[in-house]
This record gives sequence, C-alpha cells and structure tokens, in this order.
Amino acid sequence: MEEHFPMKKIMDDQGNLIDSSYANDIDEDLVKKLYYHMSRIRLFDRKAISLQRQGRIGTYPPFEGQEASQVGSALALDTDDWLFPTYRDHGAMLTFGSEMTRTFLYWNGRAEGCVPPEGKNIFPAAVPIATQIPHAVGAAWAEKRKGTKNIAIAYFGDGATSEGDFHEGLNFASVFQTPTILFNQNNGYAISVPIEKQMHSKTIAQKGLAYDIPSVRIDGNDVFAVYFETKKAVERARAGEGPSLIEAVTWRTGAHTTADDPSKYRPVGQGDNVVHPIERLENYMKNNDFWDETWIAKMEAELTQEVESALEAMEEYPPAKPEDLFDHVFTNPPSQLVEQKESYLDLIGRE
Amino acid sequence: MAQMTMIQAITNALQTELKNDEDVLVFGEDVGQNGGVFRATEGLQEEFGEERVFDTPLAESGIIGMAVGMSTQGVRPVPEIQFFGFVFEAMDAVSGQAARFRYRSGGRWHAPITIRSPFGGGVHTPELHADSLEGLFAQQPGLKVVIPSGPYDAKGLLIQSIRDNDPVIFLEHMKLYRSFREEVPEEEYTLELGKAETKREGKDITLIAYGAMVHAALKAAEELEEENIQAEVIDLRTIAPIDVDTIIESVKKTSRAVVIQEAQRKAGIAASIVSEIQERAILHLEAPVLRVTAPDTVYPFSEAEEIWLPNHKDIVEKAKESINF
Ligand SMILES: Cc1ncc(C[n+]2csc(CCOP(=O)(O)OP(=O)(O)O)c2C)c(N)n1
Ligand SMILES: [Mg+2]
Repeated sequence: MEEHFPMKKIMDDQGNLIDSSYANDIDEDLVKKLYYHMSRIRLFDRKAISLQRQGRIGTYPPFEGQEASQVGSALALDTDDWLFPTYRDHGAMLTFGSEMTRTFLYWNGRAEGCVPPEGKNIFPAAVPIATQIPHAVGAAWAEKRKGTKNIAIAYFGDGATSEGDFHEGLNFASVFQTPTILFNQNNGYAISVPIEKQMHSKTIAQKGLAYDIPSVRIDGNDVFAVYFETKKAVERARAGEGPSLIEAVTWRTGAHTTADDPSKYRPVGQGDNVVHPIERLENYMKNNDFWDETWIAKMEAELTQEVESALEAMEEYPPAKPEDLFDHVFTNPPSQLVEQKESYLDLIGRE
Repeated sequence: MAQMTMIQAITNALQTELKNDEDVLVFGEDVGQNGGVFRATEGLQEEFGEERVFDTPLAESGIIGMAVGMSTQGVRPVPEIQFFGFVFEAMDAVSGQAARFRYRSGGRWHAPITIRSPFGGGVHTPELHADSLEGLFAQQPGLKVVIPSGPYDAKGLLIQSIRDNDPVIFLEHMKLYRSFREEVPEEEYTLELGKAETKREGKDITLIAYGAMVHAALKAAEELEEENIQAEVIDLRTIAPIDVDTIIESVKKTSRAVVIQEAQRKAGIAASIVSEIQERAILHLEAPVLRVTAPDTVYPFSEAEEIWLPNHKDIVEKAKESINF
C-alpha cells in the first residue's frame, strides 16, 4: 500500500527545490511569510516550555518540529474558514489568528484561553482525542448548507486515527461530501506508543481510500509541500468537490508534554537525522538569496517583543470571575443553580 | 510491611495478581514500556512480558469492547482508561455491554473486568482530564464502583476487584497517588467489596465520604473535636454497592449526618445515601441529613479548581449547621 502513497516533497533537507513545477509559485513574500510565522510560533513554544519549568504556567504540550505542518496548513486557509485544532495545534491557531495572550492563558488553566477573537472561527482545542473531526465535518456541512465557500480544517495526530470518531468523521465527510480538510500530523508517536504499534497499515493516507476521500502523504517538515497541498485540498473543497485527507509526516522534537519523559520509550538517537523544518527553509532562503540578515534581526526583535508583551498581559490578566462558572452553564440557569451561585459568592466573599 | 504510596500499592496489587493468575491481562494506552502516564504499571511489562502487559491503540471503546470479548474465554482483563475524563468514549462498552453481559447471556457469560482509571480533581491537570464521573457508573446495574482512600485500601480492594467475577470500575483519585505513604503488607490480602470502614468513632454526628474527601472529613472531625463535637467518619470504599448497614448503624447512634462528595450535587451518590438514611432511620434523626458537594457547574479550568472543590471547612460548617439545627 505504501507505494500508492509516496511521500510528496517539494524541497529537500538542504533546501533545494526538487519539484521545479512550483518554482514560479514560490516568491520572496511567501517565503518570508512562512519563515516569519514558523519563527514566531517556535519562539512562543520555547517560551512556554521555560515558563512551565518556572511554574508560571501549567502542563504544556510542545509542538517543536511540527512548525512547517502547522504554519503551512494554516496559511493556506482564508479568514472565514473554520479551524478545529487539538491541544498541540496552538501553532496553527496562532498563525490563523488566535491571540497570544489567550494562548498563554489557556495553558495557565484559564477558560478565557479558549475564546477566539471576535469573528474568528477557531474552535476550543480538542482534548479528548479525535472528537474534533466530526465537529469539523458538521461545521463544513453547515457552511455548505448556507451556500458559502467556507471550509473547515480538522487537525489530528497519528494516534487519533485509531478512535471511532476518526472513522465516523471520515465516513460522514465522504457521505455528505462536506468541504472538510482532514489534516493529520503523523509525528510517529501517540505519547509513548510508536506508530507501528498504533496501526498495522504503513500509511495514514491509505485510510482515506476506504471512504473514497482523495488522500495524500506529504513531507510535513517541507513547508512548501504542506502549503501547496493544503491549498489544493482547500480549493477542491471550495469548488464543491468534497473532503480531502492529508497525512503530513513530521516529528515531535521534544516530549509529549512537559509531564512526559520520552527517554522512557524512544530509542537513543531516534530523530537525530531530522532536519528542523525552520532550518530547512533557512537553507532554501540562503540558496536563493532571500536570506536577509537585517530583516531577520528586525523580525526577531519584533517577535521577542510580541511574546514578552503577551506574557506580561497574561500575568496581569484580571483574576477569573467565579460567577463565570455559573453563568456559562445554561442560557437561563435553573433556580437551584442560582441558589448555589449565591451561596458560593457569599462564601468567597467571606474568605 | 513496607511504606508505600497509593500508586506503589496499586502497582504492587497488579503485580500480585499477574503472578497469581496467568489469565490476568493488563492493557491500555501507554501502560507498556512507558509504565502508564502515572507510572501505575511501571516495570510490569518487563516482568510479565508483552503478552500479558501491553499497549493498545488509542481507542477507549475498543479497549473495553475487546475486554468484554476476552471475558468469554476466561481472561481476566484489567484495562486502564488513561484519565477518567475520557471514559465517555467507552460509555457503551462499559454500561451498555460489560454491565449487561451476564443478564443478556442468561448467566452463561460474565465480564470479570476491572477498569482502572485516575479521576478526581485538585492536581491542576489540563482541562477535561479531571472530573468526578463515578455517579454515572454507580447508577448502572451490573457494575461495581470501588474508590480507595489510601494505599492500604487500594491494594486490598484492587486485588479483590480483579478476583471479582463482575465488572468493577476502580477509581484512583489523582490527588491521593503520591500525597502520603502508609504501611502496606508485601503479601497478598483482600478487602471485601461493598463494605465501608469506620475511620473514626464519634457519638455526635456521622460524616460519610469516599476517595479524597475521606481526608477532608477526617480533618473536619479534628476541628470539630476542638469544639467538643465527636464526629464519626465513614469511608464508603465502594459506592456501588453501598454499605447501607454501616451507615444506618452509625446514624442511629449519632442522629445526625453529613454526606460528602467531591462530585457535583445533582443526581449524585450523596443524594442517594440521604434517601437511604431517611427511608430507614428517620425517627432517629435530630436534623435533616445535609450534603457537602461541588456546585452543579462544569468541572472548572484549573485556575478555579481550588475554590470549586469541597474542603474540610465546608464540612465543618455543615456539621455545625446540623448540630445547631
Ligand atoms: C479520548 C482520549 N483518550 C486518551 C487521551 C490521552 N492522550 C492525550 S494525547 C494522547 C496521544 C495522542 O497522540 P496523537 O493523536 O498521535 O497526537 P500527538 O499527541 O502526537 O500530537 C493521549 C493518549 C485523550 N486526550 N483523549
Ligand atoms: Mg502523534
């Protein structure tokens, strides 16, 4: 089956274009935009890890190594599309328009962190694995019903493809021909479980075959492959041609979360040969005279500033309002809940 | 005897039963080489091999559904649900299937499955990992629900749960995993399911709790003692079935009771205990039986956890309300 789903690449590890048919589509603006966003989310990610170590935020799942998959796919969307991320996709969320302060808040155990900017269609990150896949199908179905051109993208990992919701979601997308992009990041592990114990099949892309969903396997660390393949799928969806499945093969550089110890289950040296997706784009930029030290320095200063002020805003964020707990359960809270709220606020007032 | 944390006592119980009975199989997400995300199965794959202790694909309904099927051939499955917040994925396999297997096969088959899972709040997990969903399972006929309050109980109850021929939901409060150590015998022992333990004797009021709330109740009892109120503290140990006899006997002595649960208030274990008491002992009561619970809101993000969870102060207050009624 593997031979039916060869891994698509546009550029190699050294940053050489190996598929020249894209040469005209790749210009300086696009390259810099991709580089900018990948650098931005990496900076956020590294900052978050160090904050967790200092006890300034809670348990945190890093995405380092997956920047190309998250940025390439998110930049292939339009403003009004829908994004259904997991807990590891805040890179894609930030790229698509989540506020950085709220992203920090989320990982500091604040409900406000789930709330997207006004008008931005970003679903709260899925924590129970694969639950977002049918959601994305439903949102896409509703857009189709309204007659818009908007599409929905669902992010999910390799482990998620074992859940019923993955298969149900694919089947529904297929039966109802919804404009949905099923975007898989195959990072080789579901916590400690390696992909060869997760599935007997050699690829994830082949799982789309059973549902007659156009499926492709790409090098998820090649930001061009991710960007252009997602764009193709998006265009097909907008044109009313239904769902697509993309398997982006990537690598989680670090731990599953800050509470995880990968040395317990990963063989020493595994992944050492993976060229970091940002380095790969850097190679491309250097090969093509897009590497502009002044621009880089300016960008880095700007990004550092952005991350620092988002962090400051997170730390100065007003404390959570206890009444939110009660006010966001129902449209109209039943009398018992109102009573509970009163005695609760009374109790807090006394403490 | 050795000093063990609850997580160590659980590993020890699993090891004991894996040794005792070759039909015992331990499986779930990350329980193999990784030893479980809380390290409950640490070292077990190494000791018993991948045939007996193994990782499954990431699919809770598959894990429990497969356990039901295995039960037809004498296997004694001990699957893990990585966090109880994710048990919804397996709801049909547990409540729709495992719980009804005996009845639906006219008694021919049964499902001697022990589903272990970390639950409860107060340890600042990311959202949706912490919750108290035990009531959903206690309501299901055919299931036993066991909740130890410490290392000694955890070992004896887990061994007994594994040996039990009916499906058992064995819930391990995350806050208790490493919060204290206790003397735990190295050798095997069992504790009967459906039997409560009186943790502290008292004549003035009965405090009924389970899981982490047992410790809040004990602390409350100490505070009440300073005001000359002698509280009796009952640890239910299993919430399905409930040891009604122990409760009623105590209430007949004290005439007052407060029932404590970490879970939200409505349709809960505490409510059903209150009913049992008023149905069986109303003429012995000097005050309404009161409850201490979390409010009926969604389990909060970790920032609000501390104020949301019931604590010993809430128990002291309710106990006084009962005494002063
Ligand atoms: C329904 C459910 N079961 C278990 C978990 C615990 N869990 C969190 S992440 C994870 C592994 C997910 O692996 P994968 O889908 O490959 O995504 P990755 O974490 O690698 O991005 C597991 C088992 C969960 N969040 N939800
Ligand atoms: Mg993965």
